[in-house]
Amino acid sequence: MRTLKFLLRKEFLQIFRDKLILRMIFALPIIQLILLPYAATYEIKNITLSVVDHDHSEYSRTLINKFTSSGYFKLVDYSRTYNNALDQVEKDKADLIVEIPEGFERDLIRESETKILLAANAISGQTAGLAVAYANSIIKDFNNHVRTQWIQQPRLNAIPAIEITSSNWFNPQMNYKKFIVPGVLALLVTLVGFLMSSLNIVKEKEVGTIEQLNVSPIKKYQFILSKLIPFWVLGLVVLTIGFIISFIIYGIYPAGSFWVGFLFAGIYLIALLGFGLLTSIYADTQQQAMFIAYFFMLIFILLGGLFSPIENMPDWAQYLTYVNPVRYLIEAMRMLVLKGSSFWDLRYHFLVVIGFGIVFNGLAIWNYKKTI
Amino acid sequence: MKQLITFIQKEFHHILRDTRSMLVLIGLPIVQLLIFGFAITTEVRNANIAILDNSKDEITQNIITKIESSQYFNIDRTIKSNEQIEKAFKSGKIKLAIVFQANFQNELSHSNKAQLQIIADATDPNQATTLTNYLSSIVVDYQNEMNQQNKLPYAIKTEMRMLYNPQLKGAYTSVPGVMGMILLLISAMMTSIAIVREKELGTMEILLVSPIKPWLVVISKVIPYFIISLINVATILILSVFVLGLPIEGSLFLLIGSTIIYIFCALSLGILISTITETQQAAMLISLLGLMLPVVMLSGYAFPIANMPTILQVLSNLVPAKWYIIIVKSVMIKGIGIEQIWKELLILLTMTGTFLLISIKRFKIRL
Repeated sequence: MRTLKFLLRKEFLQIFRDKLILRMIFALPIIQLILLPYAATYEIKNITLSVVDHDHSEYSRTLINKFTSSGYFKLVDYSRTYNNALDQVEKDKADLIVEIPEGFERDLIRESETKILLAANAISGQTAGLAVAYANSIIKDFNNHVRTQWIQQPRLNAIPAIEITSSNWFNPQMNYKKFIVPGVLALLVTLVGFLMSSLNIVKEKEVGTIEQLNVSPIKKYQFILSKLIPFWVLGLVVLTIGFIISFIIYGIYPAGSFWVGFLFAGIYLIALLGFGLLTSIYADTQQQAMFIAYFFMLIFILLGGLFSPIENMPDWAQYLTYVNPVRYLIEAMRMLVLKGSSFWDLRYHFLVVIGFGIVFNGLAIWNYKKTI
Repeated sequence: MKQLITFIQKEFHHILRDTRSMLVLIGLPIVQLLIFGFAITTEVRNANIAILDNSKDEITQNIITKIESSQYFNIDRTIKSNEQIEKAFKSGKIKLAIVFQANFQNELSHSNKAQLQIIADATDPNQATTLTNYLSSIVVDYQNEMNQQNKLPYAIKTEMRMLYNPQLKGAYTSVPGVMGMILLLISAMMTSIAIVREKELGTMEILLVSPIKPWLVVISKVIPYFIISLINVATILILSVFVLGLPIEGSLFLLIGSTIIYIFCALSLGILISTITETQQAAMLISLLGLMLPVVMLSGYAFPIANMPTILQVLSNLVPAKWYIIIVKSVMIKGIGIEQIWKELLILLTMTGTFLLISIKRFKIRL
């Protein structure tokens, strides 16, 4: 016990000695929590619009007004021809072209049918898809408006209609930040815990101090514990800071219990640190450890469902996510913060993470040899 | 010159000796591209939903069959009450629930109106919107089939054109993004760590007292990573053309030329980081916090810049990757020539110059 105490003191001293790293550890959560939810927004607004109006009628003007007043579109350009508008897209000045044909108003009323061309810059498929969807719904609204002007009421009502009402649970204002913030919290805990722990033992190796530790009468478990505990504490401190910041800036706090959150993060950190130590034991240099850590971190985060839903992935990728610890923390955080899920709702997540903890730490202790 | 070659050889030995790092260096872009190309899609498929049918008549059954036959949804038949729906939402079992009102068919035929409620798990707002839209369009389709005899008059039809990327492939955004990210990672992060490593281990002193000029020491550190970056550019381009089916519309020469400018920019950034840090861990944290995060967040690769608050839009101009990604998109996908991208190239060159100037000012020959 006393040995462990001294070892811990050494580790903490080493962490606190490097002011730059310490500052980073605290700056990281703050910067991430402030920047990421604002940057990582898929709420599409300000789609830049280039209009080619060949009709110049009252209807075409009303329709263009509907676009600009919808809040989704920003009219940046009136082009005379489609090709001119295309130039604007090429220069990245416009995202969407709306071309209204000559005789738009006349055809709509006399022929009862007309056609509008929408062309979107689809390099980003998602933005293009949303832009076209918004444009379509505006055109549909306008169309209904025209229809009610020209058709007598009773005829319209004679058609049976299914009324679709929709409601959005757990996040009725559809606040994208509420979705991102819990994920960012999970990301923070993971980044700090994993990177720091994976670099730790290997640093002693590289600098050569590991030999001194090896020849001392320290037991294996004491050594591993002394490496685990400081980062465990650090991880939870970062999480606490994260919770405080997300409350102050976004007013977001768990709908469920804080304690379940900390309990889960605590167990998760043990598992994650085990994986970090394992990386550290395998690597020969800090540079190598960083590479390996970065490699896993990237895959874990990409396949963790932070930005792109796991359910949409193909089956093979979904199976991969089952062995991704980050996935479980992100899910648990979201369930806890948004849905107020209880300990019982999260029981599978707990079990899986405990399993990870046993496997990773077991492997770490097994593989750490007190010889070089 | 001979000295320089010897030094470069030494660096190569350092890198090649370490097979694990080499594997990651070469493998990382491949894995990343494959994940982006094949695993991450915004397409909805097999979303779990529950249906609460309080009417159980012909029409509701027809609608349910329609929903089932679309490949988007997977109906969980064990859920039969409101309480169960709430529970299933909380445990994350379902993403959406549909509730038909009682006497659905009767209401529809007698009062011309029947209600169908869609409840979505809006934890992920975009996913919720997409699912709700898919479902409503299935119901609307069904209704249109039902009312086929009454074709709606005064219809505005829309024709849609998806420019540059008609199949809406994700690779069109991910390839430029991955290039911007990987090159920065290898050139800036790895260079800075390699230089700081010599400082940390104390071997920098030996290098500095050797007869070779200090700036040649730095150059010899940088060249191996420059070559690895070029290898990565080649793998990324080959993979994206032959596996992901992304065309190179513009001039390959221009693409590679601007890539080399970007690599120079990243390398000079790496040198700059190495002059302000003393330990490898610090260099890594700075690279991670100062480079990777902004690249992911502010380069316009993962999230459209136009939607961000003004401050972030202004800040994004300081991220070299933003300009590089614009260049890659223009040359590779749009097929634009140099007359449209010279401004971006100039910005990258200016940034490179600035980074180098600051590093030269800060570079200490004595430790």
